[in-house]
Amino acid sequence: MADSNTVATPKTAESKPLFGKRERRLLVDPINDNNPITVQVLGICSALAITTQVSPAVVMTIAVIFVMGFANLFTSLLRHSIPKQVRMIIMLIIIAFLVTVVELSLKAINYPIYQELSVFIGLIITNCIIMGRLEAFAMADKPWPSFLDGVGNAMGYGAILIIVAFFRELFGSGSLMGWELFGPGPQFMINTEAHWWLSWYMPNNLMVLSASALFVIGILIWIHRAWNRKLIDVS
Amino acid sequence: MHSTAYIVKFILIVSTVVALVLSGMATLLKPIHDRNEAIANKRSILFAVNEFLETPVRQMSDDEVLEVFDDRIDQYVVDINGNILTEEEVRERGAPGGMAEHVNMGRERRKPESERMFPLFVFNADDQQLFIVSVRGNGLWDEIWGNVALKSDFNTIAGVAFGHRAETPGLGAEITDNPRFAAQFEGTRLFDEDGNFKSVTVVKGRAQDKNHEVDGVTGATVTNDGVTEMFHRGLQYYFAYFEKIQTQ
Repeated sequence: MADSNTVATPKTAESKPLFGKRERRLLVDPINDNNPITVQVLGICSALAITTQVSPAVVMTIAVIFVMGFANLFTSLLRHSIPKQVRMIIMLIIIAFLVTVVELSLKAINYPIYQELSVFIGLIITNCIIMGRLEAFAMADKPWPSFLDGVGNAMGYGAILIIVAFFRELFGSGSLMGWELFGPGPQFMINTEAHWWLSWYMPNNLMVLSASALFVIGILIWIHRAWNRKLIDVS
Repeated sequence: MHSTAYIVKFILIVSTVVALVLSGMATLLKPIHDRNEAIANKRSILFAVNEFLETPVRQMSDDEVLEVFDDRIDQYVVDINGNILTEEEVRERGAPGGMAEHVNMGRERRKPESERMFPLFVFNADDQQLFIVSVRGNGLWDEIWGNVALKSDFNTIAGVAFGHRAETPGLGAEITDNPRFAAQFEGTRLFDEDGNFKSVTVVKGRAQDKNHEVDGVTGATVTNDGVTEMFHRGLQYYFAYFEKIQTQ
């Protein structure tokens, strides 16, 4: 009896759960196995520019998650009607539209952060990961998986951004999220003679310069590959 | 393959929809944007006299900023010859609000010097008056500006607040983000012992002359030089006014 009931239920309702195995993989894959920065080595440009401090990196991550998720969603919704000859232009319009929405909203919600990030919000338009995902995924897949793919890739990008910013702010400025932690001078939280073992550190200015982002990302790629066996080339 | 007519139609529809949504959004949010900008402007003026306020500017809510600004700041607009302009004259010269806070320094920079307006804010501290003047120059990517609070001797700097449009976060943007940079200006002097204008210079490495030098932001040489240039040039515009008020 039970068996015949299961057979009778329409298959489509069951075979497409909102968070099936494929959907979960779309979200998680780009964070580890298929990370846009450490594996695909895309979007390096902004990873160099805005990772001197953690808080701009966090806001940037949120903005990119929004832009990428919805750019993928809209592109996927329109994928049958977008003329192939001008698809890049349409994608650019969609991305530029979403970036402007982010810019206008941020200006109204949090003006100080808007001032801090202004140029870089605009530069999301040129983030190669977004264009890459629209072209490679959203043009060929359904809206929901596309949305997840966008969010997943943006999270993979953001995770690396925040990790890099963590090391650069910690060792470059001796602070985190603007809180000064260690270094010489009375302005630091942990800097009394009793804590000499923390106050000996002199913030390394090299970490503030963009070159250090490349070093940090390089080391991250190395660690990532050593730790994730799947990424090691067989050849 | 789609026909050319279809492509043109498709692009037109997409861009129209996008344009409508964006302009609608911009119009709706305009009042909030304007208010935020005005508050940010007042905050940065108050920031120059941060040391003399009961609550630090960073901890003030938006409403408190508006209140303190209204209560304790008088504003004037002066010209290159040191004359105070009336509200009418200010409107004529291109600031519709008629007040010093409405003067757009970016636009003033493009006028000939004789037609420029220079905003001046007088902060009434408990026992003294502080004169806040605005200076503007170029950073690496775009404009930078500063509000400089002077003591009533028109020589000693009581506090400075910087702003910028597009300096790199972590490098040039440190002139605003790192309070220690602006704090160095406190107590520096515009004139040397002989009364000659020497201004304050942002130097690489350690500042030697405590009266006229401050440490620069590492990795932001162009922004540092911009600050030096902006101080040297921008402060001089107010000298005519300072002389007038001191001889009175």
